[in-house]
Amino acid sequence: MQIELKNIHKHYGPVRANDGVSLTIRPGTIHGVLGENGAGKSTLMKILTGFTRKTSGTTLIDGHALDIDSPAMAAQYKIGMLHQEPHDFPALSALDNFMIGRVSGISSHRKSHRSELISISTQLGFTLDPDAQVDRLTVGERQQLEIMRLLALNIRVLILDEPTTGISRTQKEILFASLKQLASDGKSVLLVSHKLEDVMALCDEVTVMRQGKVSGRMTAPFDVNQLLQMMFGTLPSPPVHQPAIPGKPILALKDITAPGGRAGLNNCNITIREGEIVGLAGLEGSGQGVFLRVAAGLTNPTRGQITFHDEPLNGSGYHDFKKRGGAFIPASRIEEGLIPGLTISEHFSLNEKQDRFFMTGKTALNQALKSISRFNIKGRPGMDAAALSGGNQQRLLLSLLPASPTVLLLENPTRGLDLGSGHWVWRHLQAQAASGSAIVFSSSELDEIMMVADRTIVFYNGAVVMDTPTHQADADTLGRAVAGGAVPQ
Amino acid sequence: MFEIDTSIMLAGVIAGAAPVLLATLGETITERAGIINLSLDGTILLSAMTAFVVAYNTHSLVLGFSAAALVGGLIGLIVAFFSVYLGQSQVAVGFVLTLMTRDLAYFLGSPYARLHGPQALPFSIPILKDIPFIGSIFFSHSLPVYLSLAGIFICWWYLFRTPMGLNLRSVGENPAAAYARGINPGLHQLLYALCGGLLVGLAGATFSLAVKPGWGRPQGAEGTGWIALALVIFGGWHPVRAAFGAYLFAFLQIIGIYLQGWLPSVPTQVFQVAPFPLMIFTLLIISYAQKASDKIVPGGETLTRPAGHHGHRWLQRLLGLLTGDAPAALGQPFRPE
Amino acid sequence: MTIPGSHLSIWGRFRQMTVSLIAVFMFTTLVLYLAGAPPWPAYYHITRGALGSWIKFSHVIKAWIPLMLCSCGLLYTFRIGLWNIGVEGQVMIGAVLATAVLRTGVDDSAPMVSFFLAFPAAILGGSAWAIIAGWLKTRGEVHEIFAGLGMNFVAQGVILWLIFGPWKRPGVASMSGTALFPDYLWLSYVPGFRLSPVGLVMAIMALVATALMLRYTRIGLNLKAIGANARAAVLFGLRPGRYMLLAMAFGGGFAGLAGAVQVTGVYHRLIPAISSNYGYLALLVVMLANYNIWLVPPVALFFAGLNVGSIQLPIVLQVDSSLAGVIQGALVLTVLAVHGFREWRKIHRRRSTENMAAKEAPADV
Repeated sequence: MQIELKNIHKHYGPVRANDGVSLTIRPGTIHGVLGENGAGKSTLMKILTGFTRKTSGTTLIDGHALDIDSPAMAAQYKIGMLHQEPHDFPALSALDNFMIGRVSGISSHRKSHRSELISISTQLGFTLDPDAQVDRLTVGERQQLEIMRLLALNIRVLILDEPTTGISRTQKEILFASLKQLASDGKSVLLVSHKLEDVMALCDEVTVMRQGKVSGRMTAPFDVNQLLQMMFGTLPSPPVHQPAIPGKPILALKDITAPGGRAGLNNCNITIREGEIVGLAGLEGSGQGVFLRVAAGLTNPTRGQITFHDEPLNGSGYHDFKKRGGAFIPASRIEEGLIPGLTISEHFSLNEKQDRFFMTGKTALNQALKSISRFNIKGRPGMDAAALSGGNQQRLLLSLLPASPTVLLLENPTRGLDLGSGHWVWRHLQAQAASGSAIVFSSSELDEIMMVADRTIVFYNGAVVMDTPTHQADADTLGRAVAGGAVPQ
Repeated sequence: MFEIDTSIMLAGVIAGAAPVLLATLGETITERAGIINLSLDGTILLSAMTAFVVAYNTHSLVLGFSAAALVGGLIGLIVAFFSVYLGQSQVAVGFVLTLMTRDLAYFLGSPYARLHGPQALPFSIPILKDIPFIGSIFFSHSLPVYLSLAGIFICWWYLFRTPMGLNLRSVGENPAAAYARGINPGLHQLLYALCGGLLVGLAGATFSLAVKPGWGRPQGAEGTGWIALALVIFGGWHPVRAAFGAYLFAFLQIIGIYLQGWLPSVPTQVFQVAPFPLMIFTLLIISYAQKASDKIVPGGETLTRPAGHHGHRWLQRLLGLLTGDAPAALGQPFRPE
Repeated sequence: MTIPGSHLSIWGRFRQMTVSLIAVFMFTTLVLYLAGAPPWPAYYHITRGALGSWIKFSHVIKAWIPLMLCSCGLLYTFRIGLWNIGVEGQVMIGAVLATAVLRTGVDDSAPMVSFFLAFPAAILGGSAWAIIAGWLKTRGEVHEIFAGLGMNFVAQGVILWLIFGPWKRPGVASMSGTALFPDYLWLSYVPGFRLSPVGLVMAIMALVATALMLRYTRIGLNLKAIGANARAAVLFGLRPGRYMLLAMAFGGGFAGLAGAVQVTGVYHRLIPAISSNYGYLALLVVMLANYNIWLVPPVALFFAGLNVGSIQLPIVLQVDSSLAGVIQGALVLTVLAVHGFREWRKIHRRRSTENMAAKEAPADV
């Protein structure tokens, strides 16, 4: 089945998420859509799968113009999509997940679906227990389940949105092998990614997007520099990394066990020192998130000892941590970090010392104005924080931090930011580290960790499996450790 | 006075639990689809009034029950419509409807207060009624009571054994994902708010036409809706466990009646309000059990770390009986872009 | 829970109100037909019952005072995102404590001491009752609707027990309540009007204080922040649990005060229906006012008028006075519907203008 997208526009108010995009996907090929975050890839895929309506443009399927206006209709035309965030039902079993949307009526035919699931899974080389509850599966396994479901629907076009985020190297290899097999069976595969490496390993043809437009196309074999040029125009300079000499220990976690996430945190021993930048690597939910929350006092450990400058800091909550100059910035900025409905100025008001009964809006307003110009936030003091873009929300969060924090804990600090904003964030954080702050951050991108961290700690299944100065490790070792291939120390 | 005939008492539990059980089953279905119908307390009253008035005027019990079910279904539909299409808070709409339907019941029903009307009489099921002990407990009731018994099984079967039930649960768990698979979440929510409402309406009719025949102010059904809402939580959104809760509640009520005879010195008000502190206490226990079970297995078992490795297997099982997760998207409306 | 923010112009709000009123009017007329009552006389008697004379209007004000007090209290709890459905029981416990203190003043040498102590006692009682529900929420993770509702039933039980038990009138224990207090324990009132100016002043002070509190103090901002995003508020150094209890304490305090006014200014004794459902009604008032403090007084006045006006209905038209509740509920529901419809239309309009704009854009790039 051949799919043609012609001159697709999608406008959100003044924002042009897609600005005249054209794309042709030929059957039996793996087509890559490459571009950095915010380039408009996801929007284009949402249009193709009926999640969003396009503002204008034409979709041709085997030469016929069609307006796909719901996911149901996309399924009818045998177009299936694997979303970046798993679109599944964690509380239900794998078999239930496999069946939802494909069955109706009173009689369930569970048996036949079970054998179908098992046969597809053997075909693709997956091992999956049909009765396992989905929230007990890894992200990679949930993807596999979703792919099998789509195949059972007999789809002819498979779209994958950033499928390699959060899965292990082994799982990635299994995934790529199965995708190649699908393409050779005559199906079209569309891989949406911002990772050059994935696209180059897998695709026959690539369309590169930048700022809502197609910035170039290329067929295999690919030229890296040319692709980079298409993705970014002139490349922004990455932050220069100057390894720091770590100072005295500040925050120490000893034998910490805590609940949370998929795997919890088991017997964790980590000491953070002044002035160092520590990167926490690992698959999503391997314990790094729990570690940050335990260190910040947001989650109580069930066992173990936390000390701050050799003073115990157990179970006293985030307030004590904050009082000692620590701060935590969560990954989901508007869900957990900022307060929707409050203006920028009101955020500064909240941030002030809570010593007076009445508020004086003036100091907060001045503070807001100062920070807006210093942190280059695109917004006015009276603007609702929820109306800011992701990058500006992160800048606002950074501007709300104390002037010289002792410890900064950040969860995926550059997730969802475009490259320029991401680099800005790191230049800012590096300056803080240079003045003595300890910075601990988690990231799902090994590249980012290797670029900025002085020290890398790898989490696997709730435990620390590697803790090493970054310059002593290479991408391969770290990647293996992330996937569980390292021997715990 | 101090002797209790066990089988008569248990039969009384089965009959007395029928209305609250029907309402609980109905609300379980609605909440499984992601909609909270908070209006139960008023809906039960309004449908009880409707059932009585219709049956009184038409001399037809069937019409009485049907009219009550329709009223209940309609109110469920209103809650779902306000949420799905108008984007309003289910709690707000449900609360307003609680008060309004109650006043509407009192207003429209006042001419019919304390009249003698038709009622559903118990009948025995041949053969089955002769089973010793069991027969007299389960098989000599009125039709709505049989209906409530059958309802437990039907709800369970529908929710957990049919594809339609699977789709229902998928909407309550993750409407966005259900939508992605071609299921229309809004339509499902309307449908199951209607279905759940029908059962709540039947619960009202069961009061005024069978369990507490007649209409008045107060009718005697006041507060039942709130108990049913709490029982849904107690039941962990599972019809069989919810039914167990309803029977436990009816049992305690009957014990209360006996106790009142045995302990005349305790003021009657204590017995009248007792169900409500009990409700709070039960919810408290459940939330503690939930917390404790989360602690024992941090984040649940994983492939490499099977459950129960902490050696708390029995405790875990006990807590498992007391806890159940709410549908993940309960009360959160979904709107496709 | 999110509180819908209203960004309507005065004209838009007026139009919305008119549409709602017409819809409710039609619905009520239908209900009256169903009940076999003549609609026009019913409306006439309600209006006359509320506004027919100064005396009658003074009754409306008398109902307006506790409604205002409860609504002000609810604004704190709604601000932090709590459904303080237990406000009804908080009024009752306020009334119980006021009665308890006043009872010590009967035949006492200094009755004024107990009279003046009755009010703080009621406030503390209402607060404590609310804090129990809040504590069940923050510590026990029992939803505040269940906790509050259960506490309401318990409060009602306490009142009935007191009236029929320890506080029963000498000789008779009946639903008519405890013995009447001597008039030196009554809230002073304007002769001929049976309306206490003190109560009126309290209601207005509550309004002004609440407005200042929510708008200009740190507590107000903190409540709003926690209500909008409790998890983020923790990162700003706030403790949501404490503020929830604080909001409940405020809400319960105002409700308790309303209970004291009911005892000292209206019934002069404790009766089973001392709260007159004003707590639940106040929830509707605040919802209809769309959580906007300046719309609360007129809405409360309107609701009080409906309540007082319909008291006459059973006598003159032989229909139940619960019609008022039907109208009030229908009104809130209609406003919610109109609100929802506006949002829905806004989305659709935006969609169609987007399409228009795109069609005007140059076809090829």
